[in-house]
Amino acid sequence: MSSVLYDVPGPKARRVSLIGSIVGSLLILGLLAWIIMTLAQQGIFEGRRWQIFTRADVWTLLANGLGATLSAAALAAVIAFPLGLLLCLLRISDAAIIRIPTRVVLEFFRGMPVVLMMLFVLLGFGTSPFIAVVTGLVLYNAAVFAEIIRAGVQSLPRGQREAGLAIGLTSFKSRMLIELPQAIRRMMPSLVAQMVVLLKDTSLGYIVAYGELLRAVQVMADFLGTQFLFPIFFVAAAIYIAINILVSRLAVWIERRGSKKAAGGVAKAEPEKAEAPVP
Amino acid sequence: MKAFTRRKSFFVAATAALALSLSACGGGGTGTTDDPTVAEKPTFAAGTTMEKLSSAGTIKIGTKFDQPLFGQVGLDGKPVGFDVEIGKLIAAELGIAADKIEWSETVSANREPFIEQGKVDLVIATYTINDKRKQVVDFAGPYYEAGQALMVNKDNDTIKTPEDVKGKKVCSVTGSTPAATIVDKYGAELVPAATYSACLEPLRNKQVEAITTDNVILAGFVDKEPDAFKLASDETFTKEPYGIGLKKGDTEFRNWINDQLEKFEENGSYEKAWEATAGSVIKTAPDLPEIDRY
Amino acid sequence: MDVILENLPLYWNGFLRTLFLSAVSGVIALVLGTLLAAARVSPVAALRGFSTVYVEVLRNTPLTIAFFFAAIVLPRLGVKFEQFEVAAIIALSTYTAAFIAEAVRSGVNSVPVGQAEAARSIGMKFGQVLNLIILPQALRTVVPPLINILIALVKNSSVAGAFFVLELFGYGRQLANANGDAVIAVLLGTAFFYLLLTVPLGILASTVERKVAIAR
Repeated sequence: MSSVLYDVPGPKARRVSLIGSIVGSLLILGLLAWIIMTLAQQGIFEGRRWQIFTRADVWTLLANGLGATLSAAALAAVIAFPLGLLLCLLRISDAAIIRIPTRVVLEFFRGMPVVLMMLFVLLGFGTSPFIAVVTGLVLYNAAVFAEIIRAGVQSLPRGQREAGLAIGLTSFKSRMLIELPQAIRRMMPSLVAQMVVLLKDTSLGYIVAYGELLRAVQVMADFLGTQFLFPIFFVAAAIYIAINILVSRLAVWIERRGSKKAAGGVAKAEPEKAEAPVP
Repeated sequence: MKAFTRRKSFFVAATAALALSLSACGGGGTGTTDDPTVAEKPTFAAGTTMEKLSSAGTIKIGTKFDQPLFGQVGLDGKPVGFDVEIGKLIAAELGIAADKIEWSETVSANREPFIEQGKVDLVIATYTINDKRKQVVDFAGPYYEAGQALMVNKDNDTIKTPEDVKGKKVCSVTGSTPAATIVDKYGAELVPAATYSACLEPLRNKQVEAITTDNVILAGFVDKEPDAFKLASDETFTKEPYGIGLKKGDTEFRNWINDQLEKFEENGSYEKAWEATAGSVIKTAPDLPEIDRY
Repeated sequence: MDVILENLPLYWNGFLRTLFLSAVSGVIALVLGTLLAAARVSPVAALRGFSTVYVEVLRNTPLTIAFFFAAIVLPRLGVKFEQFEVAAIIALSTYTAAFIAEAVRSGVNSVPVGQAEAARSIGMKFGQVLNLIILPQALRTVVPPLINILIALVKNSSVAGAFFVLELFGYGRQLANANGDAVIAVLLGTAFFYLLLTVPLGILASTVERKVAIAR
């Protein structure tokens, strides 16, 4: 796609671009070096600060936190996706009496901070922190999933539904058999990106004292002393980024496998519909 | 799509297995105090909360997990501190061993709801007794009287009293009582944080002038980094009687706990609990404040 | 209910703070995000690389960690600010910009190839193609998702409450602590003020979406 936007660069443009790239890279490297130097001057990279990572209990706590993060995220995703699908079906229903209340519900859950929902579930219903975290994540993400899938359905050519109805499928069957499978495949990048958002949002569980990764990190920094704050947070950030990139990559791989089968379908010829995940 | 579903269920199963195997780890001891001697088959009148807890053999206690010296969770996931020791002592009197106590973390906003919903039997969590709270829960104790203080950088000589922070930036925990006091009574500009330890970096970087909360917590920070921080003054400017929260209307249980607290002071276990925890910073054990038997 | 009415001024204060944080961060994120998206499709490899890495890293970092870097690591680097709102705005806008860049990029991709080809065939350069032909058309498809991102931004600003900035959620927690007997009412009040910001934005998004659909 990007090549459509500009001519293939000639020798002069390539040279300018190369020089620009080198200068830019040097600037960024310089900035990074300065950051590291400044932090090093304050003793953040001293060995003693990093020695805590030789302790087994530190890793046990990190692993427990990671386990809590992943299990809450996995359960929430498994519930939120079908729920989102259902909400989407209701949202695009032909009957206004179903469509409009669903829309109100979706707007409500989309518009509430996840932290607030978690706290509300914990206090209002007296659940465990785990249930509060999962419920908060499910309510919000189901609403977002529903919106993404709806955008996918609406981006399909009208002919898809018309053809389905013409061969005698009911409206519901046309949705289930013809429109949703295509919409989901088309929206897969957005859906996966939203899953990553969901995974990250488990970190909001601090509000209900759920012992996920970031909470574990905080507990550790509090317990061991502030001189270990920086090492611990750097490691936590690295773990999060690694896992999320892994999930994204996994999704890209799955998508590639899926799209091979669909090659040549209508979906490919249509321009991609803009629908982004919501942080 | 089919392939996707299959992969996902594999992923879920793997995660679940991972979580399961992880939760099996953990444990291991800390080194706080020897657990108190557990009372042998104590007897209580039928129908009382003491009898129910005692025969169930377990008790649910809510405490803070991020309050140094009072209730702070260690790397093994078990809380340690003065509040925790008091909890262990009470449990022991009910014939419940320390490892049979179910600790749960109470955060700022959930202490009253947790007691009302029966999710915990007791809350021992640097929980200041006040009239508003007394409308929804009952308090045994107080078992300790703290007071609000200010902590500043070592080289700061301008702040001595709370009057000195008028219009200046002071860090405290979002929604906490000390935060409300320093703003409403002394006109400071509040810089809210998630935990008190989170306030340390801004103070070090001189982005705030002081940190305020109960003196014992601040003393813990000063103890860890005496070269960086100090208390603005040894005097406190509020009285924060810490009570043990329990279900409203359970007068028998409240009176019984009050009796136990007095007993702990007499037999020296109160002092021992102090020395093992907060005593590392404030050497002299406090006297038990006068019990508020209302 | 009395709790909410009694503390209306406090709620209002928090509401304004949240509005301020969201508005300023939103504007910065829109500008930064569009620049990143432009860099992502530009002919210069270094710009493409930088933009890709930026988006990948920021999108995969929890907001809480972004806040940690802005509020705690930056001061250590000598970037000191008088007001912590600055840190919150840095964290929120750099984080949100990554999502905006992705949305704008997929908007650019939604413009039919022929548009760019036609523009180039009449001799336009990259900057002209992007500014005059692609972005104005992309904007249409991109506005609804952008508004959704802004809705999320409003809600994400609640994380600032844990990082030295008083905003709506912070006031909510303060009230919840002071009114242990009416925690649920306090939280409902907080929710109401968030919805006051997010629901109109959501309705705006679907209106724009409908308009765009008709225009096609």
